[in-house]
Amino acid sequence: MTTQVHPSCETCPVHNLGNLIKLGVDMKGSDYVIALAGNPNTGKSTVFNALTGLHQHTGNWPGKTVVRAEGGFLFAGKRYKVVDLPGAYSLLSTSTDEDVARNFILFGQPDVTVIVVDATRLERNLNLVLQVLEITDRAVVCLNLTDEAERHGIRVDERLLTKELGVPVIPTAARQDIGIQELLQAINDVATGVFVCKPWRIKSRSSALERAIDDLATKVAAQFPGLSNARWVALRLLDGDARIIEAVRSGELAGLSRTESQIEREPVGEGALS
Amino acid sequence: MTYRTTNEGILARANALRWDVGENFHDVLMETIYTDAARIADTTVIRSGRRQKFNWDRTLDRLLTSRWTGFPTMLVLLMGVFWITIAGANVPSALLADLLLDTVHPALKSFSATLGVPWWIDGLLLDGAYLSAGWVISVMLPPMAIFFPLFTLLEDFGYLPRVAFNLDNLFRKAGAHGKQALTMSMGYGCNAAGIVATRIIDSPRERLIAIITNNFALCNGRWPTQILIASLFIGALAPPALAGLLSASAVVAIALLGIALTFLTSWFLSRTMLKGEASSFSLELPPYRPPRILQTLYTSLIDRTIIVLWRAVIFAVPAGIVIWLLANIHVADLSLAEHIMNRLNPFGFLIGLNGVILLAYIIAIPANEIVIPTVLMLTVLSSGVSGYGEGAGVLFELEDNMQYLSVFHAGGWSLLTAVNLMLFSLVHNPCSTTIYTIYKETRSAKWTTVAALLPVAMGFTLCFFVAQIWRLIAG
Repeated sequence: MTTQVHPSCETCPVHNLGNLIKLGVDMKGSDYVIALAGNPNTGKSTVFNALTGLHQHTGNWPGKTVVRAEGGFLFAGKRYKVVDLPGAYSLLSTSTDEDVARNFILFGQPDVTVIVVDATRLERNLNLVLQVLEITDRAVVCLNLTDEAERHGIRVDERLLTKELGVPVIPTAARQDIGIQELLQAINDVATGVFVCKPWRIKSRSSALERAIDDLATKVAAQFPGLSNARWVALRLLDGDARIIEAVRSGELAGLSRTESQIEREPVGEGALS
Repeated sequence: MTYRTTNEGILARANALRWDVGENFHDVLMETIYTDAARIADTTVIRSGRRQKFNWDRTLDRLLTSRWTGFPTMLVLLMGVFWITIAGANVPSALLADLLLDTVHPALKSFSATLGVPWWIDGLLLDGAYLSAGWVISVMLPPMAIFFPLFTLLEDFGYLPRVAFNLDNLFRKAGAHGKQALTMSMGYGCNAAGIVATRIIDSPRERLIAIITNNFALCNGRWPTQILIASLFIGALAPPALAGLLSASAVVAIALLGIALTFLTSWFLSRTMLKGEASSFSLELPPYRPPRILQTLYTSLIDRTIIVLWRAVIFAVPAGIVIWLLANIHVADLSLAEHIMNRLNPFGFLIGLNGVILLAYIIAIPANEIVIPTVLMLTVLSSGVSGYGEGAGVLFELEDNMQYLSVFHAGGWSLLTAVNLMLFSLVHNPCSTTIYTIYKETRSAKWTTVAALLPVAMGFTLCFFVAQIWRLIAG
């Protein structure tokens, strides 16, 4: 029994996995907050269970997670709190699920947003990934269900994808606990700033739109210094997004500069889904 | 000119700029995202030429969602699950009852006797609270421990969205949301859980319909009633070899009637109180995934079975105490229970039930699970059968089906009583937990009242007509 960790062990993945402590619902005094986002039925809850050691009920149907589940884990000496968001196809607020996911990523200020994507349906899943990357610059893509993709003769070049998206892409098969170690390491790297994301941002816009966004984003950035996604806010304002307009009017956006993590709490149904 | 940005200034600027960017910029934006997503996916996805010789998913979908084979397979699967539950639960149920009721209970009784505990404390705690808890555990645990894992395996496999797909068209015709098929399925486990699950339905109108009709999905607390009454009265009509099959069919028939009532009520609501068009939604049929057996067993046992069981026990304990008190407090030579039953009897007869059953349903509002034990205890009390049970107000379990049957016959039961009890068990008010959940989800006293009272009214009407027609035909 030794409490002294050899220096070379501290960065060794094998050692750290061995020391992954699943905290279950014990989340007090967490150092980092992780949000789990993704399309419905991509295995978010399975990833959530793999990370936290909880046994949140998983089901093979879209829309299973209707209440936000939260849990925690301890990795490389840091306490993490994980929030499992309802699945969504987009973040344009067309349904309650999308609202919950979008508002948490924006106003909840997670330190890292893990976007779980279905490797067998990459193109459709990327729509959500690109929208999340517009909001936050600290994300990890969890390329899940690689085992299933393999079965269908599909392989995804995750290194190329990492380069394209500008955030770490980690292939996993969460049902078999494959790739969870690498995912944890990537989350840790982004949270601690070892890996600096240069996320993909929407580029090919019309020049009129580009000018309007520039104009508005400058004003937003001036009014709310420290905001990491002024251009996205500008875009939502142009689109007439009621929630964002409200956040500008009330000055709520000012609280979103990267200084503290405020977790907006909402009533969660007792016992959730049994 | 000094220009200072304000929050309102930003909003005004946004309003002005919105004219410049044109109306269709939202679409342009979406197109940009889709194009980029397609490009990135195109460069990073490598498809090997290897095609599967046989596409399991497509073949299964053809079978499970086809117009012709979809419903029959659904029925067969349902029958199979119920049959395994009914057949498999008998032995462990008997063992548990043997242990909790026939071994531990007498031991506790003699222990309290040696301590010199006053009779009413001993009666209240051991005969009231302990026995009802023990009864609920021995009757409910085995079927739940079989039913929930089977159901969860189907869910894990990806069958539920196919059920929703099959039923979607019917729900749409009834003016309800297709996702209601999913919340209904959740209701088969527990209505309270089903009502929380209606959060997946966005339109408030369709969500209310789903909440109000969820009660018609037979919940776990009502399966034991259905199964017991079906095997006693309906199964007895067939030769012994076919009895099990006939009882399972009767239970499935009740479950199907529940689905029919769901459609009927949804249709009625969407044309009266909750008018509106069914909204469209895209239902993704997820790929079939081999269920992880061990994990499913673990989660369904811990998360579902134990939680539901615990809830049942919590509610059964006070109910057991109430029953014991009703049976042991006497006013003018008769116990309170007998007074109430005598009052309820005329109305009970009118709807083909009796005072015992009605009182049992009043006592069992907190938990449907205790209907049968309450009915048994009250029947023995009112008919004065001797030789069963251990005294007034004592919940008990009988050794075999013949004993149940003789108790029921002594209570003046007929096949009509049994059929109507099964019907009433399907169509009556939700349990108090469910009512509370409905209130929490809707935040409306009005809709909570509707959801609680509509089924009772329907149940009375249904039972009344069945009783009248039955008596007309049977003479």
